[in-house]
Amino acid sequence: MQFLSYLINGLGLGSVYAIIALGYTMVYGIAKMLNFAHGDIIMVGAYIAFFALTKYALPFPLAVLTAVVVCTVLGVLIERLAYKPLRQAPSLAVLITAIGVSYFLQNGAQILWSSSSKVFPSAISTGSISLGSASVSYLTLITIATCIAVMICLTLFINRTKTGSAMRACSEDKGASMLMGINVNMIISITFAIGSGLAAIASVLLASTYPSVYPTMGSMPGIKAFTAAVFGGIGSIPGAFIGGLLLGIIEIFAKAYISTQLSDAIVFGVLIVILLIKPTGLLGKKINVKV
Amino acid sequence: MKEKSSIFSRFGDKQHRGRLMSFVLVIIAYIAVEVLVKTGNLGSMFSSLLVPITCYVVAAIGLNLNVGISGELNLGQAGFMSVGAFCGICVSGILAGSVTAGIPRLIIAIICGAVLAAVFGFLIGIPVLKLQGDYLAIVTLAFGQIIKSIFMNAYIGIDTDGLHFSFVESTFKLQPGGKMLLNGPMGATGTQKIANFTIGTILVIVALFVVYNLMFSRSGRAIMAARDNRIAAESVGIPISRTKMLAFVTSAALAGAAGALYGLNYSTLVPNKFDFNTSILILVYVVLGGLGNMTGTIISTVVLILLPELLRSLQDYRMLIYAVVLIVIMLVTNNEWLMTKWKSLFAGKAKGGA
Repeated sequence: MQFLSYLINGLGLGSVYAIIALGYTMVYGIAKMLNFAHGDIIMVGAYIAFFALTKYALPFPLAVLTAVVVCTVLGVLIERLAYKPLRQAPSLAVLITAIGVSYFLQNGAQILWSSSSKVFPSAISTGSISLGSASVSYLTLITIATCIAVMICLTLFINRTKTGSAMRACSEDKGASMLMGINVNMIISITFAIGSGLAAIASVLLASTYPSVYPTMGSMPGIKAFTAAVFGGIGSIPGAFIGGLLLGIIEIFAKAYISTQLSDAIVFGVLIVILLIKPTGLLGKKINVKV
Repeated sequence: MKEKSSIFSRFGDKQHRGRLMSFVLVIIAYIAVEVLVKTGNLGSMFSSLLVPITCYVVAAIGLNLNVGISGELNLGQAGFMSVGAFCGICVSGILAGSVTAGIPRLIIAIICGAVLAAVFGFLIGIPVLKLQGDYLAIVTLAFGQIIKSIFMNAYIGIDTDGLHFSFVESTFKLQPGGKMLLNGPMGATGTQKIANFTIGTILVIVALFVVYNLMFSRSGRAIMAARDNRIAAESVGIPISRTKMLAFVTSAALAGAAGALYGLNYSTLVPNKFDFNTSILILVYVVLGGLGNMTGTIISTVVLILLPELLRSLQDYRMLIYAVVLIVIMLVTNNEWLMTKWKSLFAGKAKGGA
């Protein structure tokens, strides 16, 4: 049955969006900023994994690890150099800085690695298994499994560890957290580190699914994942997960049943409808403003 | 407007001076450029940038009304430009037979582009302005993407039988001598280039006139009150949705006019030209120029368009430097210590940071 295979492919794509969206939503929840450079971290991760696999012929898990480490360091570095001095600045200034960082990464990649796209080696087995009448590639299953694993680890981390509760405290009230002895700057750095590390994992999955690596490869998945994060209610971790999966499923169904060219329009159209019905996303908290 | 400046005479003067300055700046710039062109001292690269600069200035002034004055982050300004551009191209193509002179046709196209963009602005504004903050921003982004998708799939042709329109696939056959106005992802091709710098400058002046008149009118004060404190504004009886809609529609109309001028400046134009990056670019001009400051917007737009061209000798590194300049400007203008130093240098004279 076609429907089942579309659904699973949708879940696969949605899992990638969900992992990227987690990075967006965590940073938004804690630093209250839209990190437009997040998509470009994905691009950097994909390049690092590409070179690790081809030039240095590292085994796949090691290549992923290298990408995660490089992206984590890069994420923390960007936060320290570009965003930290703007903690008190208006949010638009931070947004423009994030755009600047995004340009910087894209053009830096273009200079370092040229603008021509590179073919990502298929490191994950290309076989497929059949579920009933639908055949599903291993890659899609691995993507979905990775997403679920990431989600479980992250939920446990946020809810069970001391750092996790410090993060939740920061997202509610930074001033009060500081008074409670939480090192807010440290927590923000950790958030960026986790978000960027997740972006690296997403980058490998993305580059394995669509095997071409180029300097602007991160922008469209970045925008889609940002949409997914808003979809689920920005700042909410389960929201990003559900938003990502739904967005992937809607995109694949729109491509399969309606029109390939119009799939983007449909995805964004659904987003608008959802936000009109629930103005703070699916799982977003509604904050009442008191006069 | 006049009687207000007598009540708040000090504010009135300052505002008045600021307004006058931006008009004077535009006119001086226009004369300077015309002199350079006439004496042949302007390189071909710069002369090719003149019309696009005026287009982006107009779109940025419109966006500043939206972001700076009305306080709503709009990430879809390029979408409205695209509506204006393709509307303008179609109108110009349809009228090519009846209105042969370039200038009147250009003006009609710009007006049509502005009107259609305003209609789009109104329709989009109904859902958008129900939301707030970042949710509003993402919906404008979404509309920008949807508009781009629509033009990527629109096919419009004209022949002796009249207009033909189809969506997603080109289903119609044109009579011999017919002409495709829009061709899906390929966009508009073979457009007559009728835009010129003088009309562009006039459009900038009109945009400034419209925005200033709105800003310093009763509605403009209502818009700013709604921005500063929504609840307080509502409690004194300001209709929030209507005032915000006024700013949103005006902003869209200006972007549409700018788009029409832009579209008629090139023989080919693809829908991808007006993507998310273009919206962001216009937003950068606005924020760097200063929120609510139209003179600043004009200067920053001109500088930021010329900067990559001036850095052309650095080849590949120019966009990298552009990015660094962007980040450094944001870091410096938002650094309190540096800004207080800067202000104490011009004690009393400085108007405050960006």
